[in-house]
Amino acid sequence: MSDVWDILAKVPDPEIPALSVVDLGIVRDVTDDAVTITPTYTGCPATLAIEAAIRAALNESGHADLAIKTVLMPPWTTDWISDEGRAKLRAYGIAPPSPARAATCPRCGSDHTEEVSRFGSTPCKALHRCKSCGEPFDRFKCH
Amino acid sequence: MRSELALRLGDDGLILGQNLSAWCGHAPMLELDLSLSNIALDLIGQATLFLGLAGDADDLAFRRDVLDFKNCLLVEQPNGDFAQTIARQFLFSNWQEPMLRDLAAKGEPAFAAIAAKSVKEVAYHARFASEWIVRLGDGTEESRTRLIKGLDWMWRFVDELFEGEHAALRPEWDARIDSALREAGLERPAARRGIVGGREGHHSEHLGHLLSEMQFLQRAYPGAAW
Repeated sequence: MSDVWDILAKVPDPEIPALSVVDLGIVRDVTDDAVTITPTYTGCPATLAIEAAIRAALNESGHADLAIKTVLMPPWTTDWISDEGRAKLRAYGIAPPSPARAATCPRCGSDHTEEVSRFGSTPCKALHRCKSCGEPFDRFKCH
Repeated sequence: MRSELALRLGDDGLILGQNLSAWCGHAPMLELDLSLSNIALDLIGQATLFLGLAGDADDLAFRRDVLDFKNCLLVEQPNGDFAQTIARQFLFSNWQEPMLRDLAAKGEPAFAAIAAKSVKEVAYHARFASEWIVRLGDGTEESRTRLIKGLDWMWRFVDELFEGEHAALRPEWDARIDSALREAGLERPAARRGIVGGREGHHSEHLGHLLSEMQFLQRAYPGAAW
């Protein structure tokens, strides 16, 4: 089963390819007969693409017999993103989720930032702007 | 009863999501375009899950006739101008959020799981709409006039939200609505006789027009797939 986790750790998220589906906490469980996943947002169009990408990776690695199950409970939250995933997000230019009021600019590290729009380029992100260096950036919504 | 509830919840999201989608590319500014499209996406995602509890979600969305839709009348009201769209969203999301919160706590497991997932998304919608109520109501003479007109249009469809087991949600909804209206410097629209019937399939003319567009492809080319 650990080799299945290794395979899944190489499946990129279609919207944020710097992160794998494991980094994002989309993979809940791996058992002898199934991989269990959970959607980030109910309407996220990437959900189908993610399932297809996992299916392809499993088939190519000789795990065509593993089913893919989807569960909603407990609901996905940003707490499911791994520490490694957070570091990758930052390096990719997306502020990782945090309960802090101000986002930290992924470019210059300043906390002198503002929210431009609570809705961003994908359901999981909000638009921010750094008032120190002027960089516009996405921040993972925290919840 | 179970599939009836799934249809009501699913149809609310589907119809409002379809209406909001029409703003894509037309909203007053880019951030609003993103916001309204994101809200539409959330609602259609929730609808897919709820309709899945009543049958095949695609079949129910694209091959059902207007009299079989169980959404409330509020969500099928036309977008109108931006203020009217915000008025509809404000009244609806501030009902939907506590409704889903209760469903997550007390509903049967399949419904509770979808509600627990959705309520976090809808909290964003309610906050977005309430903030715009204040911005438009406390904005210019033009924005204020348009918002008052939009609220006035939508107000007669509010009572339907609180039929049956949802009556208990009214005090919280009243408090949310009054608080935002106060901050916006607006009065509640005059009380009027509420129009109901959507939950029984008695719809306004607007739903038929909406469906004729939404269902066109599957009606013209049955079974067409991407």
